[in-house]
Amino acid sequence: MNAIILSALWGVVMMFGGVFFKKSTTPKYWAIAGIIIILAGNLLEFFGYPFFNVDTKGMLHFDAFGLVFNSVAFISTLIFFLLNGKDFEKIGMHVSEYFCLLFFVLCGLSILSSFNTLLMLFLGIEILSIPLYILTGSEKRNLKGNEASLKYFLMGAFSTGLMLMGIALIYGGNSLGSFYIDAINLGTGHLSVLIGVGLVLILVAMAFKVSAAPFHFWAPDVYDGAPAVITSFMMTIAKVAAFVAFFRLFSTSFGSMHYQWQTLIVIITAATLLIGNVTAVFQISVKRMLAYSSISHAGFMMFTLFALNDNAKEGLLIYTAAYCLATIGIFAVIIKMSDYSIEGFNGLARRQPLLAITSVIFLLSLTGIPLTAGFTAKFYVLMAAVKDGHQLWLVIFAVICAAISAIYYLRVIQAIYFKEPVQGVNENIQVSSSFEWMLTITAGLIILLGIMPGLVIDWLYY
Amino acid sequence: MLGTYFTFPELLIWIPFITGLIAFFMNSKGVKTFAIISSLATLAVSIISLFYIDVAHHPEFYYYNNVSYVWMPYIGSSFSVGLDGMGYLLTFLTSLAFPLILLVTDKKDRNNSSSFIGLLLLSQAGMMGVFVATDALLFYFFWELALIPVYFLSSKWGGEKKIQATFKFFVYTFFGSLLMLVGIIYVYMHTPSLSQDSAHSFYINAFYNTLLSPKEQNWLFWLFFIAFAVKIPLFPFHTWQPSLYEQSNYPSTIAMSSVMVKMGLFGLIRWLLPIFPAAVAKHDHFIMALCIFGLLYASCIALYQNDLKRFVAWTSIAHLGLIAAAIFSSNSLGLQGVMLEMLNHGINILGLWVIVDIIEKKTGVRKISELSGLAGKSPALAAFLLIIALANIALPLTNSFISEFLMLNGIFDFNKWYAAFACLGVILSAVYMLSMVQKTFFGKTNQVAESAGKMSTGQYIVLCAVVAGILFLGIYPEPVIHLTQSTVTQILSRVPLK
Repeated sequence: MNAIILSALWGVVMMFGGVFFKKSTTPKYWAIAGIIIILAGNLLEFFGYPFFNVDTKGMLHFDAFGLVFNSVAFISTLIFFLLNGKDFEKIGMHVSEYFCLLFFVLCGLSILSSFNTLLMLFLGIEILSIPLYILTGSEKRNLKGNEASLKYFLMGAFSTGLMLMGIALIYGGNSLGSFYIDAINLGTGHLSVLIGVGLVLILVAMAFKVSAAPFHFWAPDVYDGAPAVITSFMMTIAKVAAFVAFFRLFSTSFGSMHYQWQTLIVIITAATLLIGNVTAVFQISVKRMLAYSSISHAGFMMFTLFALNDNAKEGLLIYTAAYCLATIGIFAVIIKMSDYSIEGFNGLARRQPLLAITSVIFLLSLTGIPLTAGFTAKFYVLMAAVKDGHQLWLVIFAVICAAISAIYYLRVIQAIYFKEPVQGVNENIQVSSSFEWMLTITAGLIILLGIMPGLVIDWLYY
Repeated sequence: MLGTYFTFPELLIWIPFITGLIAFFMNSKGVKTFAIISSLATLAVSIISLFYIDVAHHPEFYYYNNVSYVWMPYIGSSFSVGLDGMGYLLTFLTSLAFPLILLVTDKKDRNNSSSFIGLLLLSQAGMMGVFVATDALLFYFFWELALIPVYFLSSKWGGEKKIQATFKFFVYTFFGSLLMLVGIIYVYMHTPSLSQDSAHSFYINAFYNTLLSPKEQNWLFWLFFIAFAVKIPLFPFHTWQPSLYEQSNYPSTIAMSSVMVKMGLFGLIRWLLPIFPAAVAKHDHFIMALCIFGLLYASCIALYQNDLKRFVAWTSIAHLGLIAAAIFSSNSLGLQGVMLEMLNHGINILGLWVIVDIIEKKTGVRKISELSGLAGKSPALAAFLLIIALANIALPLTNSFISEFLMLNGIFDFNKWYAAFACLGVILSAVYMLSMVQKTFFGKTNQVAESAGKMSTGQYIVLCAVVAGILFLGIYPEPVIHLTQSTVTQILSRVPLK
């Protein structure tokens, strides 16, 4: 509860603060302060000190998984703000409002990690999505951004409609006539027509939100069209929030009939992995390549839904941390550049040695090389899938896709280290020393999680 | 003593790892000396550790210097390292090879960069880790980590097409090792528990004691086999190798062909044969045929190679085909030969590379057709080459004779037709080796060969060491056989008799 209320409050503070803040750098510090407060509030709740005693009639349920996930997301956001807080000025004049919208997204995220009824799920999804529609188009004079925003909004609205339909069908279909997700689980032993259709509709809507194929078509355009700072946030924190909701709903409500709908997940996972990885190979722009790579990571995270066991829970958590940190890190470097093409990275090692080495760590983590968090994350989700024991070909298919992913990540590493710098492209990248420190810390965290994943996972069993 | 505070396997990993990290921050002048001292220290540790073995009285298979730290208890993985006979042998080869590699590394190779040396030492640490790990997950960690420094080394320093060649290598091996990862996870899910914290364990003995049905073994076998076959490389997974060896710089090529390929052979022996005995028994004819075909195929191609680097690369593929075939013969003669040959091949190929390196640096040419009569200009080099070439052909009194004899014997016991074809490969090796020596070193001294001058002291030392190794092991291979005997018996005790 702490996180939901505090982030909503802080969103309002940031919104009105826009009127009073004189300097354009002030909002950044307020935002950092805000996220620290929210993180502290969330941690206090985790240790048993909730600030607010609101009776939600059991519509929200705060368990360890949700709270730990919140903390991971807030820490990622904090790192994101510390790295790129300054770059919000590049988007436009209303810096404070952008931050305000991000805090509303965080509010939606906290609802999604703790919802207990389908209504709250719907609320959370909408609170998460609507600010993102606005943020995508926040660069008002950028036509590509406007197009992306419109596309995102239309398709998002459509998927919301599907979800509502699905919720209605499930409400009507379960014998208790309940919105509560644990009650739905009790009410269904076998898949009736109403529940089945409702489940498929919700599945489609959620797959849309997490950009899983074949509902991924919005993702590359939106991620490419949105301002790079926003993309970084959308691709990481907003996406994993949708994943957590996906996992929470399907493990609680439909877990008992898991093997009746697992085939659907198998198809979606295979398609997502294939499309994400193969298309990413052909991209010239690193930003767009990362958009496709985010689709492929969604494919890996789909394995948690495929397996739905303890390992999957741990895997989702560690994947969240690994994927968020690495993507935020590599995006922080991209944001500092003016040319997003792979050639733009040429000779980065010579111009900015520290940016180069940290970028390599982020990319290796995304590839899944041992000693980085990316490896532990992949390891856990694959372990969850193998433990489930069904459809082992999918696991082998996934590792083949992971090998393909090495092709496009390595291409950037090649550009950074082994190619000569191009004259006039990204020649003056200006970074402050605090940015460099932050980048080093992020890379350090990735390696730390790669050696000791227990740092995150142990909290689940605290 | 030394062994009480730190166990040897730990030292073997940490010395190159830490010095490697330090080397990145040193200036390029002193770094080579520093690295040589570091690698000599590793060699010293490796040699001292040999005195601590008590093979005869040690009933345990694993391990003479076992140590285990808590790492990820909730999934049953620990930082466990240890050395058995084969581990001793291969860590010794690694620690022997790296000082030699560093000695022949000159400023031209590394563009005067200290990160080159740092990466080289890190790769040594990774390879050591592979040879000492007794935990499957840890093994996988090191398996991948050994790859990363080599990737950077070969992409940054080398010929014109180095980036593409290394890229191919990386994707190939990464693909193979990911398949192995799936296999590891699957076996892990069926292991008995060794502690209360977790339901399963990654410890090697747990892997050995896992009951897998023949059907499971069959497909798991391929997951592991492909990973190792890519690394060795075996036909048809060998295509990355000639282009990489051709494009890469000499020090990392030597490190790869002398030590890194042994990782694959090592993997076959430790992680494949004992865990999937039923599958090995089922597929051994097919694999054996593949290996022998690879041996003949590579030998034939080596006959027609004009580029010295590609020539050595193909001879290496040929030899490794024979070694792999002997592994799958699954009998004690064959495996004993493999143990010996892993060391011998490491020494011989190192010597061969150093000579090619010297030729290219002196004359600027590595086309066999353009070289002629080098012996007239540098007789010492010719003498070294001749000994190394003869060792490659496996002439009596050289090291390879005994090992190849044992391996062929093993293959013969398995099936005499395979042995007949394998012997054909040995004959072919004499043909290509001697014709190469003849074309480049004998005949009339041409213009290119005129420019060849004297060797440096470092090169002299390395070649003398190689030749000493060849002769010593050719006359007295007993210590190596004694060292690895227990490993061979233990491995074979898990493989069903035919």
